[in-house]
Amino acid sequence: MANQKIGAVLVVGGGVAGIQASLDLADSGFKVYLIDQGPSIGGVMAQLDKTFPTNDCSMCILSPKLVATGRHPNITILTNTEITGLDGEVGNFEVKIRKRSRYIIEDKCNGCGICAQKCPIEAVDVFNKGLSKRCAIYVEYPQAVPLKYMIDREKCIGCGTCYEICKAKAIEYDQKDSEATLNVGSIILAPGFEAFDARLKSEYGYGRFQNVVTSIEFERILSASGPYGGLVLRSSDGDIPKKIAFIQCVGSRDFQLGNNYCSAACCMYGMKEAVIAKEHTPSNLDCTIFYMDMRAYGKEFDAYYNRAKDEWGIKFVRSRVAGVTEDPRTGNLFVHYVEDETPKTEEFDMIVLSIGMRPPKNVEALAKNFGIRLNSYKFCETSSFSPVDTSKPGVFVCGAFSAPKDIPESVAQASGAAAKAMSVIASERGTLVAPKEYPPERDVSQEEPRIGVFVCHCGINIGGVVNVPELVEYAKSLPNVVYAEANLYTCSQDTQKLIREKIQENNLNRVIVASCTPRTHEPLFKETVQEAGLNPYLFEMTNIRDQCSWVHMHEPKEATEKAKDLVRSIVAKAKLLKPLKKPLINVTPVGLIIGGGVSGMTAAVELSKQGFEVHLVERENELGGHLSTLHYLLDRDDPKAKLNALIKSVMENDKIHVYLGAEVADLTGFVGNFKSKIRQRNGEQKEVEHGIVIVATGAIEYKPTEYLYGKNPKVMTQHELEEKIANGEFGARNVVMIQCVGARNDERPNCARICCGQAIKNALKIKEVSPETEVYVLYKDLRAYGFKEDYYREAATKGVLFINYEDERKPEVANEYGKIKVTFWEPVIKEVVQIEPDLVVLSAATIPNPDNKRVAEMLKVPLTKDGFFLEAHMKLRPVDFATDGVFLCGMAHSPKYIEESIAQACAAAARATTILSKPTLEMEGIIANVNEDLCSGCRICEYLCPYGAIEMKEKDGKPIAHVTEALCKGCGACGTACPTKAIIMGHFTTEEILAQVKAALVEVEA
Amino acid sequence: MSGKGEFEPRIIGFLCNWCSYAGADLAGVSRIQYPPNIRIIRVMCSGRIDPAFILEAFKDGADGVLVAGCHLPSDCHYISGNFKALRRITLLKEVLKDFGIEPERLRLEWVSASEGDRFASIVRDMVKQIKRLGPSPLKSKEKNA
Repeated sequence: MANQKIGAVLVVGGGVAGIQASLDLADSGFKVYLIDQGPSIGGVMAQLDKTFPTNDCSMCILSPKLVATGRHPNITILTNTEITGLDGEVGNFEVKIRKRSRYIIEDKCNGCGICAQKCPIEAVDVFNKGLSKRCAIYVEYPQAVPLKYMIDREKCIGCGTCYEICKAKAIEYDQKDSEATLNVGSIILAPGFEAFDARLKSEYGYGRFQNVVTSIEFERILSASGPYGGLVLRSSDGDIPKKIAFIQCVGSRDFQLGNNYCSAACCMYGMKEAVIAKEHTPSNLDCTIFYMDMRAYGKEFDAYYNRAKDEWGIKFVRSRVAGVTEDPRTGNLFVHYVEDETPKTEEFDMIVLSIGMRPPKNVEALAKNFGIRLNSYKFCETSSFSPVDTSKPGVFVCGAFSAPKDIPESVAQASGAAAKAMSVIASERGTLVAPKEYPPERDVSQEEPRIGVFVCHCGINIGGVVNVPELVEYAKSLPNVVYAEANLYTCSQDTQKLIREKIQENNLNRVIVASCTPRTHEPLFKETVQEAGLNPYLFEMTNIRDQCSWVHMHEPKEATEKAKDLVRSIVAKAKLLKPLKKPLINVTPVGLIIGGGVSGMTAAVELSKQGFEVHLVERENELGGHLSTLHYLLDRDDPKAKLNALIKSVMENDKIHVYLGAEVADLTGFVGNFKSKIRQRNGEQKEVEHGIVIVATGAIEYKPTEYLYGKNPKVMTQHELEEKIANGEFGARNVVMIQCVGARNDERPNCARICCGQAIKNALKIKEVSPETEVYVLYKDLRAYGFKEDYYREAATKGVLFINYEDERKPEVANEYGKIKVTFWEPVIKEVVQIEPDLVVLSAATIPNPDNKRVAEMLKVPLTKDGFFLEAHMKLRPVDFATDGVFLCGMAHSPKYIEESIAQACAAAARATTILSKPTLEMEGIIANVNEDLCSGCRICEYLCPYGAIEMKEKDGKPIAHVTEALCKGCGACGTACPTKAIIMGHFTTEEILAQVKAALVEVEA
Repeated sequence: MSGKGEFEPRIIGFLCNWCSYAGADLAGVSRIQYPPNIRIIRVMCSGRIDPAFILEAFKDGADGVLVAGCHLPSDCHYISGNFKALRRITLLKEVLKDFGIEPERLRLEWVSASEGDRFASIVRDMVKQIKRLGPSPLKSKEKNA
C-alpha cells in the first residue's frame, strides 16, 4: 500500500500562489486539497487596491480566479484548517488536518448575509486592518470564496438573532472542530508571508501616532471597498491629507532587527500607493518617498518609476529616516532625516510605512510537520537550480515563503511548483477525478419557446424588498412563459432538483432565474439545465438582488416595478436564445520549444516527465544559451556542472528531439493543433505537429559603445571579466565597475535586473582570488533584492567600495597617455575623485534577442517597447500569451536570474500540461459566427479582433471572414463593427439585445 | 413606473461583464442606495455595444443611456474593447445632436469591480441630470405626432 502512488496534491495556503498551483494541478487531471488557516482564500492580494506596474484593480483580476477555484470539480477547499501531522513519503503521504469550526453548516449557508445585517455585535474588522468594524458573524470580504459566514465566538454573545433569522438553518452554535486524514502524492507549500510588525521600529511611531499607518493598512484605505470608500483620510480626524511621506525598508535591510534581506516588492508598491493616493485625492497631494535604493528591477518597473517622478510629481529622497515625532495638537508628523550630510526635518499630515515581509506565522511548526529545512531567516531553503524544491522529496514550495517576492514571481513559481508536484505522480493523472457525464441534449429547434421563470426570495434579501409573489404572477402573464414559481433559495441543492423536475414536467425549453448575479451563479444553473437535457445556453439570468433589492431597500414599490421590467426584459431575450455548441478540438500531445538555454531545456525535461514528446529547437550548434557563459554563481553553486547534467538529461531523453543549428521557419495553426517547419543545419526542413509552443529564446549581452569599450583593452564587460578570472588571467590591483551601461537610459529605460548581482558576484570573486585588489562599484541604485542583499553586505564588509552616481553626474572614462582614468563625483566627501584603475568593468545590460521580432510575427504574439516578449497579463499570467497554447519563459520574457528562469520554465511546462493532458479541449460556446451570404469581405473584423481569430478565406472567388473557433474569446467587437451585420455573436446577438432593450422600456400601467 | 407625478427618467445601462457589472454588483453587496431608474443589460465587453443599440434605446423611449466598461488603458478583459467603446461613443454623441437628442443623455463611464460607490454615484448623478433635461425629446415628438 505504502508505495502505491496517489493522484492527489495537497496545497497549503490559499493566497494567489496556492490558488494558481491548485488551478494548474486541477486542470491537468489531479485532485487538489487546498487548505488555508483563514475562513476564505485570496490571501494578501485580496486586500490590495491596485497592482503595479499596470495599476490594474486587484480584485478585478483576482476574483475570476477565486470563483474558478471555488467551482472547480477537482478542487476541495478546506478553510480554517491546520496541518497536525504528516506520514509517508513522495508519491504517498498521509496528512492529518484539523478543521476549526465555523459554527455554520457550510453546505447550508448560501452567503446571503442577512445574519450579518442583523447581528448586534461590533468587532474589529481584521481584513480592513482594524480601520473599520464588522459583526460577530461575518465573511472576510464581499467577494470571499467560499462565501460561507463564520461566527467569531470570542465576540458572539449568543443572542440567537442569527439562528432565528437564518432561513437556510445554517447556524450551529455547538459545532465542534473536526479532524481528518488526507491521502496525497505530493505537497505544495504556499503559506505566504507575515507582514513585519511596525511596532518593532518604535522610532517611526506606529501604534503611538494615529496618522502613521502601514502600507497594507494604506491599501485598505485606498480600496473603494475599504473603510473610507477609497478616499484617502487621516484616521485621527478624518481630514484629507495634503502631504504624505512614505518610508521604505521598514523591517527590511535592517541589521539591527536581523531582517538583513530586502523584501523585494516594497519599492514598487510604495511608489504605486503614492501614485494611487494622488489619483484618489481631489486636491493637490504632495507625496514624498524616503528610500535607500529604488529597487525597480522588474519588467517595465523603471518606466513606472520614471512616470512616478515625471508625470505624477512624486518626490524621492535618498535617505534612511532616523525618526518620526508628532505634533499632538494637529496630529501632524515630523520626519527627521539626513540629506547631503545635513540633518533635516519635514512636516507631513500622514506617514505610510512600507513594511517588509517576514516568514509566515508558526513557520517552525510548519517546517517540523513537513520535515523541511529553513534558511537563516526562517524562509524555506531552496537553491538556484532547484527554486521550487524543498529539502524533502515530494514537498515543493512557491510564493513568498521561499523568498520575499511580488505577485507575478509568486504566480510563476506556483505554476512551476505545480509542474514538479505533478511530475512525481504523473502516472496517476486522472485517477482521482471523474469527468462529469450529462444526458443527451434535447433538440428544441422545432419547439415554440416554453419559458420557465424561477424567482428567488434569497431569504429576505430579495423577498424583504421586492414583492416576490406579485413578481411571479407577473412573470406568468408574459408571452411564452409557461411556468413560474418562487424559491426560498434558488441556488440551494434541493432547488436544483426541483428545477430539473419542472423542466421535465412542463417541457420547458428556456429557463430563467431571477436572483443574484450571473457572475457567481450562472455556471451552477447552466449545469442544472444541462443535467435536465437542455443546452446550457438556453439559460438566462436577471439580477434582482445586487442590482435591485439591495440598492433600493427603502423603495419596495419601485424595486418591485424594476424587477418586473428586468424579468420582462430577460424573457424577451430568452425567447430568442439559441442552443450553442461548445467547439471541441483535438490536442496533439506534443510540445515545441524554441530555444535551448536553461529555460528551454528545463521546460523540455519537465514536459517529458509529464509524459509528453518535445521538439527542442536551438539556433546555435550546442545547447546551453546564456548559462554556458557563466563560470560561478553568487550562491557559489557550480553552473558548469549543473549545465552539463542538464544537457545530458536532455540529450539522453528519448522523448526530447533536439534540433541544433536549426530554427522554426514557419508556424501555423492554433492551440492543440500547431504545425511547424523546422529548418535544420543541413538545410532540410522537417514538419512537426504539436499542441503547444514555448518561447524560450533568451536574451543577449549589450555591446557597449560607452566608456571607451572596444577602444581600450582595459575596458571590458562583466562577462569578459568573469571569463578572465575563470581562466586565471586576472591580475589587476585596481578595478572600477560601472553599473547600468546600456540600461536605464533614454533608449532603454528599464533595468536589466541581473547586472547588480553580476557586479557583486565578480567583486566577491576578485576579493577571493586577490584580496588586496581595490574594487569600486559605481552605481545608480544597488538592486540586490531579496536574499541577494546578504552578498551586497558581504562585499561591502570585504572592502568593496560602492559609490552612488546620478544621471546628471555620470562617471567619465578617459585615455591619457596610455593610462585609463576614471573621474566621478564622490557624494559622501563631496569631491570629484579621479583614479587610474587597471581595469574598467562595464555592467552591460541584458537586451532582447534580435530574433524576437521574427518569432513574434510568426507566432502573432506581442513584444514590449523594449523588444522582450509581452505576456498575456503582467500580474497573473506571467508565462502565458493572450494566444492560447503559446507560453514563454526565461530571459525572452525579461532579464532574470537562473532560479527565476527555472521557475518560469517549470511554470510554462505546467501551463502547457493543462492543455496537453487533455485529449480534446472544450471551448466556450459564446463566440462569433459569420453568415457567409452577408459577408462583403471588407476585413474590418479581421483588423479589429485582438486575438487574430478572424482571417479572410477565399470562397467562390471572393474573400469571406472566417472565425477560428479556438482563438475567439467572444468579446463581440467584430459583430458590432460589421457593416453588413454578417457576424452573429452567440448568446449576445443583436436581436437578443434589442429585444431586451425594447422590453425593458415598455410602458406598464402600474 | 407610473406616468403620474414627478418625471422619472428611464435609463438603459449597458455594462460589461468583467468590470462594470461587477462594480454594480458591489454597490449591491455594500448596500449603497441609488435611484431605481436604471435597467441594466449585461454584455461581455463594452466593445460589443453597437451605437445602433443606443439609438434603438432612445427610439424605444429611453431618457438616458449609460455605457460602462473597464478602466483605460489596460483593465479591459479583451485587451482593447474599452478603446473601441470610447471611439464609438465619442462619435455617436456627435450624431445624437443631429437627432435632436442632447449628448448629455448618453454617458460613457469606466467602473472597476471595486468601485461600487462610483457606480452608484454615477447613476445618482445621471438621474439628477436627466431630470433637469426632462423627458427625451424623441418621446415628446412621438406624442405630438
